[in-house]
Amino acid sequence: MTAHLTLNLLADVRQLLSYHFMLNALRAGTVVAVVSGAIGYFMVLRRQSFAGHTLAVVGFPGAAGAAWLGLAPSLGYFGFCLAAALLIAALPGGGRAAGGAGEESAAIGTLQGFALACGFLFVSLSQGFLSGLTSLLFGSITGITDNQVLVLLGSGLVSLLLLAVLGRPLLFASVDQDVARARGLRVRLLSAAFLLLLGVAVAGTSQVTGSLLVFALLVAPAATASRLTARPAVGLPLSIGIALLVTWLGEAIAFYSPYQIGFWVTSLAFAAFLLASGYQALADRRFRSDHRSQPAAAPLAEPVRR
Amino acid sequence: MTAVDRSPTDDAVVRMRDAATRVGGRQIWSAVDLTIRPAEFVAVLGPNGAGKSTLLRSILGLQPVSTGTVQVLGAPAGQQNARIGYLPQRRAFDQSVRIRGIDLVRLGWDGDRWGFPLPGFLAGRRGRLAAERVAEVISLVGAESYAHRPIGQCSGGEQQRLLIAQALVRRPELLILDEPLDSLDVPNQSAVSALIQQVCRSENVAVLLVAHDVNPIYPYLDTVAYLAHGSVVAGPPEQVITAETLSMLYDTPIEVLRDRAGRLVVVGQPDSHADHRP
Repeated sequence: MTAHLTLNLLADVRQLLSYHFMLNALRAGTVVAVVSGAIGYFMVLRRQSFAGHTLAVVGFPGAAGAAWLGLAPSLGYFGFCLAAALLIAALPGGGRAAGGAGEESAAIGTLQGFALACGFLFVSLSQGFLSGLTSLLFGSITGITDNQVLVLLGSGLVSLLLLAVLGRPLLFASVDQDVARARGLRVRLLSAAFLLLLGVAVAGTSQVTGSLLVFALLVAPAATASRLTARPAVGLPLSIGIALLVTWLGEAIAFYSPYQIGFWVTSLAFAAFLLASGYQALADRRFRSDHRSQPAAAPLAEPVRR
Repeated sequence: MTAVDRSPTDDAVVRMRDAATRVGGRQIWSAVDLTIRPAEFVAVLGPNGAGKSTLLRSILGLQPVSTGTVQVLGAPAGQQNARIGYLPQRRAFDQSVRIRGIDLVRLGWDGDRWGFPLPGFLAGRRGRLAAERVAEVISLVGAESYAHRPIGQCSGGEQQRLLIAQALVRRPELLILDEPLDSLDVPNQSAVSALIQQVCRSENVAVLLVAHDVNPIYPYLDTVAYLAHGSVVAGPPEQVITAETLSMLYDTPIEVLRDRAGRLVVVGQPDSHADHRP
């Protein structure tokens, strides 16, 4: 890379923005960070990280297959991720919040392995560019096309709009499923809609961070935000903010360093998560010492007689 | 079969007449007559498998009756569920649930409406009204000091109070609580029972509560509906939890004993698994 870091921040930023590929990387990163920060917040709340990971892994053969057939990679990512989202939603109990346990997770784990293998095969079939393989798995700041940015922007806007409409019932069904159902909410339908949104977020994020590192933007910012606050109206924007910060910084550092974007974004997100975990541990300790005078919380619940 | 009949009144919240239900071809209960009046505190008791939860489900309209009628708030069961606050039987929220008690109560107010939860300063007049009502029910159940903590960090008793606040927030006329005392320790069982009676009076809401053990709620109850042997006996607790009434209901000799702490123990039910253990 011909770029040189100077001590003048303004000049650095100007230099960074003078490259078209870098502009595209920042545009794509911005869209993807907002979408995955928002959808990731719900994913963490619903404890569907496993489903999110599965979608990411399934996106890889989609993109590799599209490259092999000479199609746009976006097509492969979105096609495979959305199809997998529908499949998980159709599994018995698969769309449930906090789902994906037991037998199902074994089945989905098997599917993940198969998906990775297929992706590897497709890469080999398309004359096996090793750089292609690493950027599919671990991301790259070069090579995001204008078309890709437009597709990301369109899909991102649609999914954010949908999330804005579904937000409150989705939150209700995520934390309090039984009462939500008793109130007449179509919990199962909401779960399926959410999995589709998750598919869009994963397909978009994969194009920036690579399939294996989507969690840098999908989980880490949301988990960080939920450690800092238990208020949904604060946690959600905070999650988006952290995702944006981590993406912009990661892309800028990747531009000036020999190492790939996936590493930087993931490391920054991990650092934020560690800091927030430390903060939460401190807050918990302070809370416990404040409440030491009160009787201890009820011990383990009595055995349920049934 | 009603041992202690109540004169029917027009403003009854629930009126079941000669109701019977079948689940999977098996008759659960039949000939059930039950009337619940406004602000009445009713407990459904009975051995496991007697159909207590089925009774709740039929009042919510989720389980149709095969014969007889179930009128709830002046309409067939299921049509007025918006005026019912329902607390399903559940396990507790675990430590990792990062949402505050007050947010959960608020979801009881408008969680089923499309749209997005906004922070307080953007919420407008409707949001302020909601916030006022949420604060009101939280103080009603005495949860002010922990409503802003993540629900997973609250004790079982605190969680149960917040969930009762959630069920109350829309000013229901009937509150249906499925085993709300189930996972609580003994002091909390009494405290939550006292709270439910107080809510029942101050909010003018009828309460239908399913319980395993009559003892924590006994001092606060207006009516017991004792479900056993495929039917129900309803009436004041001191008339229903007696050797005579229960022997008649079970059609076999039953003893009701008091231990030294004054707790009731029902002995001799043929098909129960010691459901009135203290």
